[in-house]
This record gives sequence, C-alpha cells and structure tokens, in this order.
Amino acid sequence: METLSERILGASAGEYVDRAVDHAYVHDGTGVLTLEAWKSMGAKRIQDAAHLHVLFDHIVPANNSTTATLQHELREFARSSFLHFSDIGGGICHQIMSEGVVLPGEVVVGADSHSCTPGAFGAFATGVGATDMAAIWMTGETWFRVPESIGIHLSGALTGAAEAKDLALTYVSRLGMDGATYRALEFIGEGTAALPMDDRLTLCNLAVETGAKAGMFYADDVTVQYLKTAGHAVKPQEPEPCRYIQELDFDLPDIVPVIAVPPRVDTIKPVHDLAGLPLDQVFVGTCTNGRYADLARFARIVKGKKVAIRTIVVPASLAVLQEAIRTGVLTDIVEAGCTLGTPGCGPCLGAHMGVLGEGEVCLSTANRNFKNRMGVGGEIYLSSVATAAASALEGEISVPGVS
Amino acid sequence: MQGKGRAVCVGADIDTDLVIAGRYLRTKDHSIWVAHVFEDLDPSLASRMNGAVIVAGKNFGCGSSREQAAIAIREAGVVAVVAPSFARIFFRNAINVGLPLIECDLTCREGTGVSFDLAEGWVEAGGKKSVTRPLSPKMQEILAAGGLVNYWRTHG
Repeated sequence: METLSERILGASAGEYVDRAVDHAYVHDGTGVLTLEAWKSMGAKRIQDAAHLHVLFDHIVPANNSTTATLQHELREFARSSFLHFSDIGGGICHQIMSEGVVLPGEVVVGADSHSCTPGAFGAFATGVGATDMAAIWMTGETWFRVPESIGIHLSGALTGAAEAKDLALTYVSRLGMDGATYRALEFIGEGTAALPMDDRLTLCNLAVETGAKAGMFYADDVTVQYLKTAGHAVKPQEPEPCRYIQELDFDLPDIVPVIAVPPRVDTIKPVHDLAGLPLDQVFVGTCTNGRYADLARFARIVKGKKVAIRTIVVPASLAVLQEAIRTGVLTDIVEAGCTLGTPGCGPCLGAHMGVLGEGEVCLSTANRNFKNRMGVGGEIYLSSVATAAASALEGEISVPGVS
Repeated sequence: MQGKGRAVCVGADIDTDLVIAGRYLRTKDHSIWVAHVFEDLDPSLASRMNGAVIVAGKNFGCGSSREQAAIAIREAGVVAVVAPSFARIFFRNAINVGLPLIECDLTCREGTGVSFDLAEGWVEAGGKKSVTRPLSPKMQEILAAGGLVNYWRTHG
C-alpha cells in the first residue's frame, strides 16, 4: 500500500524517477536566475508554456532601478513566451497557485522553498532552485527521489485561541529543523476533516521548516468544495493503510498559542511565558498567514480599537484584498491604525519595505525568524494571527483572548 | 571527482539567509554575493573561502531556496562542503552549480587538510579516512559535467 507521495510519483520510497510536472512556478527573485540559467543552457524555446507560471511577489513594487530592470526583463520574457504571468499586486506565488490552480494528484514545483504549500490540495508540491527550474522550462520534467513519509495524526479539534499556526509551530518544534529532511509529511486522521483549506495551507507551508520535501493532505470533501467554488470538479483521495517511517500524534484540544523565539523556528514557548515582551513592530501576512480568514480574524480582534505600535498588514493576494474590501474587514484593519502593504511577501524576506532597525523586535505571522532576516540586528518572533492582534493592541507580547 | 583544501569549520543548521542575506540578492553580479558570503554568520569568513573545504554540522543550507547561496560559496573558491546532512533544495542547487557536497559527519579542526574522492566515496581529514554517502548516478553525472547548465548544453 502506498503513501500519497508514492501514489502521485508512481514509484516506491527511495526510488529515483523522472516526472513531467503539471505546474512549475517562479517569482521575481528566483525567476531572474532561472531565465539566466535557461539562456545559458542554450535553450531556444519553452517546452510547454501552459504549465509555467511567473508570479511577482518578493519585491513589489520594485524598490530601486536595479530591481526594476531585472523585473522588466523577466516580465517581457514571460509575456513574449506566453507563460502565465501575475504582475506586482497579484499576490504571493504560493497563494495564487492555491486559488484554484493546483489540483489533487498533480506534481508541482516552485522555485521557492515554501512551494510545499499547495500540498494542502493532495498534490505533490515541492521547492527547487533556479537551475533545476531552468531545466524544467527546457524539458518539462525533472527528477525526484520518492520520499519516505512521516504520518502526522490529528485528532479532535482546535479550541480556545489556538490556531492552525500554533499547531504548525508545535509540530515543527516536535520534529526539529531537520527532523523531516528528504521526507514528506502526511497530515492524516479524523482531526483533518474539520480543518478548512486556509488552515491546511498554513500547516503544509511550515513543512519545509522541518526540512521536509512536501507537506500533504489527502483531498476530501473540504478540498472538493473549495475547488468547486473555483470552478473545478475533483474527486477525493482515499487514504490507504501504508508504511510511515515515523508517526506523530497531536490531540488538537491540547494545542495552545505558542511563539517561535529567534533565531530558530523549532524553538517555541507558550505565549504566556513571553507576555510583556516589548515590541517595535507587528507584521501580519505572508504565505503562512496572509489569507482572508487570517485578515478576518485579525480584524475581529482589533475592530473599534487602536494598535499601540506600527503594524503592517499585507494581504497574500489581490483576491484576499478584494474579499477584505468587500466584507469591510479592510476598513476595520485600517481604522485600527494598521499600515497596508501591496499583496505579496511584504517584509518577510527583509529585502525592501518594513524591515527592522538595529535592536528592534517584531512579532510576525510569517514562517522564518532567522538571524538578521528582516533587517540587520532586528529580532523576529513568530506567532499566530490572534497572538499578533492581541500584541499589536498592547505593544507587547500578549496572550490572545478566546474569540 | 577528487579534491582537497583546508578545513573551515561552521556550525549546524546554517540557513541560506546566513550564507547570503536577502538584501544582496537582487543583482546578477556574482561578485556581490562572493563579497558578502557568510557575512551575518561571521564577517571574517569571506576572506578565508578560497581553497577551503567547509566542514559543517547537520542540515547545512536550510531555509530559503536561493541558489545564490550555492553560487556564492562556489565562486568564493570553496572546494567542497562536508556535512552530516544537507537541506534538500540546497543539495540540488549545489550539485546544479557544480559545488561538490559530501555527506559525512566529520570532527572539524580549523585549517587541517581535507581531501576527498567522490567516485570512491571517502573523505580524509587529520589522517583519518571516513566513508561518505554516495551521490546518485544522475547527480554524479551533473557534477562531472560541471553543473546542470553544462549538462544540458551537452545533453539538450
């Protein structure tokens, strides 16, 4: 009996396969290197543009003329070669691929480490580098070592102020930063049924922080319904009994709000233990927690109040932004004193807007708190949206209330 | 493929942000990456990279998929990186840009000579020879070609 990775890749764990990809995507950062490598390979044409996506999200809009020139070249190439293209303001690549593009059973590669995110749809989705991507542009396929899988059993339901992000940080902490290197995570068990797609995307997004090649949910009724709204008729995937190299159990009612302390994603503490820690900035957004449900949760907590410190909110995509406008969520966020960013990665990668100054501390809903990542000498604590909202109102790390 | 160099010791879980920070990525000028390699880990490392074999702890190259990390290390003159394990995207990137990686748990002593033979599968440091985990045949082929660009120039 097969794991989901084995089923999709069509071979047993440990085997090497060459596999055509259903979707391959790059962003404005990795796309530049991909284009350079593709040209260097002597390639004259794209293998199949219908499978290729160029999605600008990392530095949007461009912050200086060097970046603008690099983006210009990639934009022109994408258009002239008929690749799917999303310009500045369209949103984060992983989010766009998760808005009705990636379907169950597909093989998806992205030139970004968080390309494991759309595994939430029952796809095999993983990150590659720019040169691997250039070869995919040229040949339409790439090689994979079929990973062994770790079964993550979920039971019960999240309660109180705990969110999928708290569960994600908790499993990363349990596995460690390299606990799943070369392996795939499969989220299974009766506790998965109640998790909406947004939560599944958050859980799969953090898989790479354990070194995992992929994080996956089996497509079920929730997946089918979500994709139906996006115009796709898909079937659920039935899990089979299979051999996991390791199994972990999580009782969701036991999950509590936690924070990953710098500089490691796998070092967590209960929010309670850090309460009162002064903050300079709060950042809500990213491929981890910038979806509509996240913005709506944030708005519910800050509505009618004022944030005490600078708070940057960046919707994960244009669709998220539009939904937040339509429902009034955006009004609540702006009236609470938050600053809005262009849909995209925002300050997460520390390359343009919203970076930290020396000695500053940020509470972020993103997925990485590495040394100097958001600015030299700045420190990043990672939390859920509810913890970020409660903390923004107080100007210090604060325990979220039950909403 | 054979090689040798002097050991430069770094720790475990070195992420690619530490190899080359996000603030230096938006350029095609590789010399910028070479100049700032490992800056946020130890600013003195860049000047010691030429002819070095980096001997690291587990999970080298974790985090961001940025290929500039592997390019910066290779173009700084590093002969190979030895670690008990590598993050998988970095692993592919390094081979793709022609930077040899050796999976082996070595005790690192700064400045000692390290030599290796990828085909025979061993690494020697301080007079002690250790067996290494072999690269897949495909990866050996890519590395032997000098990276994936050259591989496809000849196979494409």
